[in-house]
Amino acid sequence: MAEQKTVAATGNTVVAEAMRQCKPDVVAAYPITPQTTIVEEYAGFVAKGRVHTEYVTVESEHSAMSACIGASAAGARVMTATASQGLALMWEELHIASGMRLPIVMANANRALSAPINIHCDHGDAMGARDAGWIMYFAESAQEAYDNTIMALKVAEDPSVLLPAMSCLDGFITTHSIDRVDVLDDESVAGFVGEYEPANALLDTDDPVSHGAFAGLGGPFFEFKRAQREAMEAARPVITSVGEAYSQLSGRPFDVIETFGMEDAEVAAVVIGSASGNARHIARQLRAQGVKAGVVKVRVFRPFPYAELAEALRGVKAVAVLDRAESFGAEGGPLFLEVRSALYDASDRIPVVSYIYGLGGSDVRLELMERMFADLSDIAAGSAQPGKLVYLGAR
Amino acid sequence: MPTVNDFEKALTPTWCPGCGNFGMWRALKEALEELGWAYEDFAVVWGIGCHGNGADFLNCQGFHTLHGRALPVATGIALSNPDLHVIVEMGDGDGYGIGGNHFIHSCRRNVRMTAIAHNNQIYGLTTGQASPTSDQFMKTPSTPGGVVEEPVNPVGVAVAQGATFVARGFAGDIPHLKELYKEAVAHDGFALVDVFQPCVTWNKVNTFSWFRDRVYKLEETEGYDPTDRTMAFEQSMKTFHELTCAPDECRVPIGVFYREEGSFTYQDGLPQLDRPAFKRAYEPRDVSEAMERFG
Repeated sequence: MAEQKTVAATGNTVVAEAMRQCKPDVVAAYPITPQTTIVEEYAGFVAKGRVHTEYVTVESEHSAMSACIGASAAGARVMTATASQGLALMWEELHIASGMRLPIVMANANRALSAPINIHCDHGDAMGARDAGWIMYFAESAQEAYDNTIMALKVAEDPSVLLPAMSCLDGFITTHSIDRVDVLDDESVAGFVGEYEPANALLDTDDPVSHGAFAGLGGPFFEFKRAQREAMEAARPVITSVGEAYSQLSGRPFDVIETFGMEDAEVAAVVIGSASGNARHIARQLRAQGVKAGVVKVRVFRPFPYAELAEALRGVKAVAVLDRAESFGAEGGPLFLEVRSALYDASDRIPVVSYIYGLGGSDVRLELMERMFADLSDIAAGSAQPGKLVYLGAR
Repeated sequence: MPTVNDFEKALTPTWCPGCGNFGMWRALKEALEELGWAYEDFAVVWGIGCHGNGADFLNCQGFHTLHGRALPVATGIALSNPDLHVIVEMGDGDGYGIGGNHFIHSCRRNVRMTAIAHNNQIYGLTTGQASPTSDQFMKTPSTPGGVVEEPVNPVGVAVAQGATFVARGFAGDIPHLKELYKEAVAHDGFALVDVFQPCVTWNKVNTFSWFRDRVYKLEETEGYDPTDRTMAFEQSMKTFHELTCAPDECRVPIGVFYREEGSFTYQDGLPQLDRPAFKRAYEPRDVSEAMERFG
């Protein structure tokens, strides 16, 4: 295990620290609440000479991701950070980064999308980008945000993967709360992520290449997309092996999902991000009262851990999927759709209910978690039918 | 007709005490009262930034848009209801940075509307990072080593790009600013009023007293002719180029830089606006047949 120091810091501070320790060649970013302090801290590192990064302050997120794409295509290690409308403004570039197989790593401070205007946490921004071809990690805590960012870079740059990766942390709740975080020493992180060996770099003047050429009408577009899917599948074992190596380095366990009480759970909640703790807290209380409650936290959303979820939820009598994002017109939130799909091949038909919670930073109170588990117990006991989507705690 | 007090029947501003936005807010309310418009005669469109919070502080028809997108939203409003006076409130990061392309094209498009820029040379809402109009070499949390780029020159860009009314005001001179607003909204074409709006919390360089020592009025400048575009362009090149410039060696004009009467507006190029869709919808219809069964 590497030497670590324990710090009291916000999620944004330790994400900036993780970025510094990964030594990116280029960071192009634009400030947006609640990501701002990541780029401020990083700008400070550059100004003090603590990292040798070309740090570019651009005029918009569209330009930020464009500059990242250019730099990555040129062969640089590239990182950035954004949130909400910033991620939305990057939308067309997100697809270019993944389609051109550029392993850019971006922290995203999850925040609601307008309208109406809101600056607080939900996952609507990241979920809007879920089909953009990026690997997606979600953190419950500042510690996980730090760890995920480092692992994401190692996975993204793996020659069998070469996909961009997002490291998501909950706006304000995780980005701005001071948390206890164990931080690795610089040498350990540098050794862990290693040097980036770019394939097909623009700056390789001995072997000139062009990027992003037209691939329509009989061109290889279709095959490019299949290659992206194959790369996303190839990322699964890499995420696991990188996680194992990182666990050995840090002493902190990692899995694409994290379970609590699932060994004998009859009712279970599936959740992403900072609300996982609330769900676990209530599950723990219920277990003390004899209710077999469990929680599954999803830490990697893309590639989605279908097999792991199906295994974790085997034998459960009722499942609640908590979505901090909407998918209007669908049967439930984005996570619900994935979880129910993961359970399709299960031998027993498990009732799954979609709960939408916490949009735009609305409170995720413990009694809401209690109510959700009470619903599940009724369904499991057969005294209630699984209902349609629930807006948990909406007035 | 609504008065200053009526326009204030909204939320109490949350701007920092002493913010330049208060002067601009006051000047706008007074201008609106003196123009004698009814509420239905005008609409205000805001971008994102501290200025944009003003959407909650002015009792009127309004639209709080996305970062940088106030001008295109306002263009849509102005073209769908050509009888409406449309006023855009935008910031420097908002209107000259992330929405800079819209600014350039609004100037050349010459849509009949007024753009007011809250230019404080800093990102106030995200707490003090460099903006596109921050002085070169200015140190901020996002540029601890100093801003590398040349600042945007909004007045120069507007004059060069064919805007037909270009003015600059100062939030510390409310009566002067109010008159600029009234002239701008009376203009038949795209009007820009760029306003020096000191951010008292995050920009400790470009303060009220800093501006007060350095601004002079074009209308008090002998021989200045605001219908002369070359003269306007020449004046627009007078910028605060050095952070440390002394008041006597760095003087910057405020007032009307350029005014072109009788220009060809975007609305002039759309004959269908003589009878816009909303007017057709309001044409009275005979509903007596439908009412018959109700006796």
